Amino acid sequence: MNVHEYQAKELLRRYDVAVPRGIMITKGADAKKAAEDLGTPIVVVKSQIHAGGRGAGAIVADAAEAAKIFNNNLKDEGLPKHDKPGGVRLAKSPGEAAEIAESILGNILVTKQTGPEGKVVRRVLIEEGCDIAEELYLSILLDRAVGRLVVMASTEGGMEIEKVAEETPEKIMRKTVDPTVGLLDCQARDIAFSLGIPAEKIGDAVKFLKSLYAAYVDLDASLLEVNPLVLTGAGDLIALDAKVSFDDNAFYRHADVKALRDDNEEDPKELRAAEFDLSYIALDGTIGCMVNGAGLAMATMDIIHHHGGEPANFCDVGGGANAEKVAEAFKIILADENVKAVFINIFGGIMKCDVLAEGVVEAANQVGIKVPLIVRLEGTNVDRGREILANSDIDIISAADMTDGAKKACEAAGITG
Amino acid sequence: MSVLLNKDSRVVTQGLGATGKFHLQGCREYGTQMVAGVRPGKGGTDFEGCPIFDTVSQAVEKEGANVSVIYVPPPGAADAIMEATDAGIPLIVCITEGIPAADMVRVKRFMEGKDSRLIGPNCPGIITPGEAKVGIMPGYIHKPGRVGVVSRSGTLTYEAVHQLTLAGVGQSTCIGIGGDPIIGTTHTDAMKLYNDDPDTDAVIMIGEIGGNAEETAAAWVKENMTKPVAAFIGGQTAPPGKRMGHAGAIISGGQGSAADKMAALTAAGVTVAKSPADMGKALLEACEKQGVSVKS
Repeated sequence: MNVHEYQAKELLRRYDVAVPRGIMITKGADAKKAAEDLGTPIVVVKSQIHAGGRGAGAIVADAAEAAKIFNNNLKDEGLPKHDKPGGVRLAKSPGEAAEIAESILGNILVTKQTGPEGKVVRRVLIEEGCDIAEELYLSILLDRAVGRLVVMASTEGGMEIEKVAEETPEKIMRKTVDPTVGLLDCQARDIAFSLGIPAEKIGDAVKFLKSLYAAYVDLDASLLEVNPLVLTGAGDLIALDAKVSFDDNAFYRHADVKALRDDNEEDPKELRAAEFDLSYIALDGTIGCMVNGAGLAMATMDIIHHHGGEPANFCDVGGGANAEKVAEAFKIILADENVKAVFINIFGGIMKCDVLAEGVVEAANQVGIKVPLIVRLEGTNVDRGREILANSDIDIISAADMTDGAKKACEAAGITG
Repeated sequence: MSVLLNKDSRVVTQGLGATGKFHLQGCREYGTQMVAGVRPGKGGTDFEGCPIFDTVSQAVEKEGANVSVIYVPPPGAADAIMEATDAGIPLIVCITEGIPAADMVRVKRFMEGKDSRLIGPNCPGIITPGEAKVGIMPGYIHKPGRVGVVSRSGTLTYEAVHQLTLAGVGQSTCIGIGGDPIIGTTHTDAMKLYNDDPDTDAVIMIGEIGGNAEETAAAWVKENMTKPVAAFIGGQTAPPGKRMGHAGAIISGGQGSAADKMAALTAAGVTVAKSPADMGKALLEACEKQGVSVKS
C-alpha cells in the first residue's frame, strides 16, 4: 500500500527524521491561512496523488485534455514540454498560495506515471520553502536476492534512480544491513561521506540515516525513498520529498498505517475484490478471467494473449472459492464494460471441481451473465463438475484444456486469430 | 529415488488448526509418515492417532521427526520456522501465506550457517510421487518418474505435473518454492539438487515476474547443468508496478519482467514454453535435443 507524501512525512517526523513543516488542506480557502501559519517568505504548493513526476506533470480540467497531454508530452522521454501549470509550484505570498491551491484542487493532475487518465487532486500540501544547496538521493528497500534490507544513496538527487543506475551506476552507494545489528554507525558514516556531507555535520547525518532506518523497520515499510534528500545551505539534511510503501502482510500489527489508505487512489473494483478476499487487478483487454491460484491466473492472461486476445483482468479466487465468492468475482469482472467474454480456468486441487461448478451455476443464475462464458475445469472431481455444468440451464462453452479455452474465449470475444 | 523427501521421511505438523488437520490426513492417506503434531499447551493429546507435542524438539526426540510442515498463521509462522530450525529439523516446509517480509529477513538470517533447509513460505509443499507428500497439492495427479519440477506457484505446478502425467512422463520430486519475495530454497538451489540426483533426468522450472531468481538460475544452469531443462514464466502480460496475487510477483524499477527472464533462460540453453499449455511439450523437446528419454 502507498500513502501520500504528507502522510509519509508525518510518519517520518515521529522518528525524528527532519522534514519541512507543512499543512495539508482539502479546500482552497484554507491555503492562505496555512501559508500564513507557516510564515516563510516562500511556500510550496504540492499536489498529493500517489504518482511521481508531479512537478513536471500538468494540471488540466478534463479527461480529454489529460489524455492529450499524456500522449503528446509526458509518456516518453524527449517529447516537447507542455505549457500547463505543474502539480508542484512555488508561491511568494499567502495570497498566491491560495490562488494556486484553488487552481489545483478538484482538477486533474496528469504525470508520466499516472497514465493518460491522470488523477483528481483532492489534497494539497502547503509546505515551507527550503534553502537547497544540494539535491541527493536516499532509499531503503528489500534486496530479495540476499533477503536483507539495503540502503541506497546517490549524489544524483531529483533524478529517477533507475536512470542513474543505468547511466552512472558508480554514483550509487549500496549498504546491505545485517538485521541482527541494524544499520551500523560506520555504514551510515560511509554513506554520509559519499554524499559529500561536510565533516562537522557527519554526526547529524548518521543520526538522520539511522532514524530513517528505524522508521522503515518499525513501520514494516516495503520501500522508503527520499528523493530529493536536501543538503541545506547550513549543511543540514532534510527529506524534501518522501515516498513510503508498506507491506500489506504486516497490517495486522499496524492498524494505524492501514488507516492511512486513501480509497480515492485505489481502483474501486480492486477494493471491492479485497473485501471478499479475492485478488483482482483491472487490465485493459476484453476477456475477463476467473482462475484459482495466482500463478495459474497470470498464466491464463498469458495464454489469452498468446492466442491473440487481451485479458481484461487478473483474478485469483483462491483455494476456497464458494458460490458467494464466485458470484462476487462475476460481478466485479462484469462491471468492466470492455468485457466481451469470461474465461473460467480452474485446476482443482484442494478446491473440488464439483463444488466450484455448483458455485458457478448458482452465481451465474444470481448475477445473470450476458456475455459468453467459457469454462475449463481440471483436477479433483472433474467429471462430476463437468456434469453439473452440462446439466445446468446456463449457456456454457466448455473447453477441453487451457489452449482450447483460450481459443474459444478469443473467438467468443470477436477476436479472430 | 528423489531429492529431499522419500518414504522414510518422518513428518511433524506445526499448526493444527482446521487446515493443518485436513492436510495432515491428506498426506497420511498418500502414504507419508505423519508422526507428530505440535500445538503448544496440547502436548500429550493426539489427533486421529497422531501424537501431539508442546514443542518441535519433543517431536524430534520422541518420534524421530526429520521433516516439519508449517500451517501456523502469519503472526506466529516465522517463530515456528525458527523453532523447527532450532530443533535441528533438516527439512522445513512452510505453507503459510502472508508472513511479513521483515519476519522473513530475520528468519533467513537466523537460519544462516544452520543445517536446516526451508522450502517456502507461501508454497504448496513438496512431493516425491509414490513415496511421500508434504503439503497441500493433490497427490493423485502425480506419477512416479524421473523429471523434477520446481515452481513459485501452486496451481500452475499442478498444471505442469498434469501435462507431464498425461504425456506418460513421471516426476522424481516436485518442489513448490513459494511466491514470496524471500524464500528459503531458490530455483538455483533446486537445480543443484536435481543436477546431483541420479534419479532425476530432466527438470521443468516454472517462474514468474518479480525479482531476478530466474536469471540467477539461468546463469547457473548455463555453467553447470548437465540435464535438459524446460521453463515457463508466468506474467508475460502483467503490467509493471502491480502485485499479481503473490507478494513477490511484481515488476518494479524496470526489473523482474517475464521477457528478461525468458531471454536469460533461452540464452542458457533452456527450452522456454511461451504458452502455459506447452510446459510438458517443452520438456519433451528439451529432452529430445539432448537425447534423453523420460517417458515410462
